[in-house]
Amino acid sequence: MSGVQIADTSRNVSPREAPGAAGQPSGPAHGAGDERLRRSSLLVKLMRRPELGAIGGLAVVLTFFAFTANGSMFTLNGLMTVLNPSAQLGIMGVAAALLMIGGEFDLSIGSMVAFAGLVLGVLLLVLHLPLLVAVIGTLVIAGGIGALNGQLVIRTRLPSFIVTLAFLFILRGLSLVGLKIATGGSTQMRGFRAVVDGSVLAPFFSGNAFGGLFRALAAHGVIEALPDGSPAAPGVPIAVVWFVLITAIATWVLLRTKLGNWIFASGGDANAARNSGVPVDMVKTGLFTLTACSAALVAVLTVFDAGSTDAMRGLQKEFQAVIAAVIGGCLLTGGYGSAIGAFFGSIIFGIVSIGLTYTGFDSDWFQVFLGAMLLIAVIFNNGLRRKVTGER
Amino acid sequence: MDQVPLDLHPPHDPQLPPPGTPLIEIRDVRKEFGHVIALAGVSLTVRAGEVLCLLGDNGAGKSTLIKTLSGVHRPSSGTFLVEGKVASFGGPRDALNAGIATVFQDLAMIPLMSVTRNFFMGREPTQGVWPFRRVDFKQCRNVTHAEMRRIGIDVRDPDQAVGTLSGGERQCVAIARAVYFGAKVLILDEPTSALGVAQTSMVLKYINLVKSRGLGVIFITHNVRHAYAVGDSFTVLNRGRTLGTYAKNEIAMDALQNLMAGGKELQELSSELGGTV
Ligand SMILES: Nc1ncnc2c1ncn2[C@@H]1O[C@H](COP(=O)(O)OP(=O)(O)OP(=O)(O)O)[C@@H](O)[C@H]1O
Ligand SMILES: [Mg+2]
Repeated sequence: MSGVQIADTSRNVSPREAPGAAGQPSGPAHGAGDERLRRSSLLVKLMRRPELGAIGGLAVVLTFFAFTANGSMFTLNGLMTVLNPSAQLGIMGVAAALLMIGGEFDLSIGSMVAFAGLVLGVLLLVLHLPLLVAVIGTLVIAGGIGALNGQLVIRTRLPSFIVTLAFLFILRGLSLVGLKIATGGSTQMRGFRAVVDGSVLAPFFSGNAFGGLFRALAAHGVIEALPDGSPAAPGVPIAVVWFVLITAIATWVLLRTKLGNWIFASGGDANAARNSGVPVDMVKTGLFTLTACSAALVAVLTVFDAGSTDAMRGLQKEFQAVIAAVIGGCLLTGGYGSAIGAFFGSIIFGIVSIGLTYTGFDSDWFQVFLGAMLLIAVIFNNGLRRKVTGER
Repeated sequence: MDQVPLDLHPPHDPQLPPPGTPLIEIRDVRKEFGHVIALAGVSLTVRAGEVLCLLGDNGAGKSTLIKTLSGVHRPSSGTFLVEGKVASFGGPRDALNAGIATVFQDLAMIPLMSVTRNFFMGREPTQGVWPFRRVDFKQCRNVTHAEMRRIGIDVRDPDQAVGTLSGGERQCVAIARAVYFGAKVLILDEPTSALGVAQTSMVLKYINLVKSRGLGVIFITHNVRHAYAVGDSFTVLNRGRTLGTYAKNEIAMDALQNLMAGGKELQELSSELGGTV
């Protein structure tokens, strides 16, 4: 229609186009269809997906390690070793991606891992509450702080970057002080093993899943077995199961549900979304609650895994989660991105951080690699986005 | 979710009150933004089956007024009745639920989202039971495509981002959306400012169509011909006040045009420009 609408006919109108004369039902586009209509090719459809960059990045990283790492990285056991840290980051990465799509940041989730560890420790080891109550209590308290973050951002209209930066320090400080008080001077709390081991809840938060399946597969020689017949990889680390589950749910919510549409809309243009009837404040508060809870879940997983908590847990995880989301195609300005992208972004993270130990390189190259990856991802995503979404 | 029938004389919607019944009434509504008085006591009535044209210069307060009607702003004072009952909208969602759909001057579209997602934003039809409730995107896509064709735009692909549409196409999406969801009152804030000749006449025809179904329409425009073509009554705003409300048979087009300019002598300007205004 661009040919027609150059002339702004609304303000200085020729009598001929006065509406009374509008006999014809519609413009040239009617009936035969727009002759400029070109079915979008599969390539364009693919390019429109935000996770494309992350999948490309994963291919590059895998190729790099295929040539440089020793073979044990690409065994089933090696894979699980890589996936476990990917999952611990990715649970937060996916939540951070949803929040970023919703137009906000949460820089407090790294500190929240330590703080939630403290809360769990206090509920479990100081107040001696039952395990289930302690876990739920930890999630509720973390979620409450997330909601507080959200409400502060909404009411003060300050950038979430600043508000959650404040909580980055507040929560880290509280974790240090709280642990010292609870333990009488130490910044570590031990003794979870005794409470956790043997509990019916333990398998949901620690150890490996699908152990039976792996044993059966090893017995039949499908996967690699140790000399005693047990599988080389004992199973899928439970964090990985959570990670896959959360990614699947987040993806479904984003792409198929009302809430997903609201998240995109809130991040794309909060005002327009609000005027169209989207409860933007509720969506954003919910997303802050979600990221905080994701950090609390990671805290529970790591505490059950290690049997202890530490005030320095989750250090810099907030930045890594944002990086995973950005590598996964999230725009820093909100309104665009994907959970699957963040999933692959987190896996890239795990591969690089663990993979370097399988190579001859100094593993401190990790940070260099990471920074470069982030830069490339941002530049690539920005260009792609402009092309596909017509940003002018 | 009923569709606008294509015929030009659609039956009166039985859900709506008989023509002439007041749907929205406001009296002495004021709106202040800090020190800025945007509305200094405005009154108007929107009736079922009628088109009310809201006219006035830039900054007269037209957009502010319709934003109070559509729940974006709360009036600072004054009476606001919807179908005779006092209304107090907590937000645009409440207004939408009350059957008031609006095309805002800035369109309220998200450039990064697809045409379909924009069309149904905030009003997504769902299927299935919780927790498996999901949006019926196939239906959304079909409706969007059909509604856009009807207004005279063939969206190349309903999945394309709104940011890739031309300004006029974008405006058409917003209008089609409001017409589709407007149940009682349709508010259009300068809906034709970027439209081509064909699309403009289509929109004016839509206004007639919606009116004959029994809805009330508020139509804001700076084009006196457009206003005169579809309007039943005209309310002129000037500097936040109602300058007057006139039925169509009470006022001629020229007089209306002069009122719209807020009393400025158009004649002079017009002769300076060689009579083209
Ligand atoms: N949020 C706000 N804060 C402060 N002042 C505002 C706000 N919104 C509107 N105003 C002021 O109120 C007055 C009326 O604005 P409004 O947008 O309603 O004008 P309008 O009649 O729609 O004009 P136009 O024809 O240009 O669209 C203007 O002077 C404007 O500056
Ligand atoms: Mg305006």
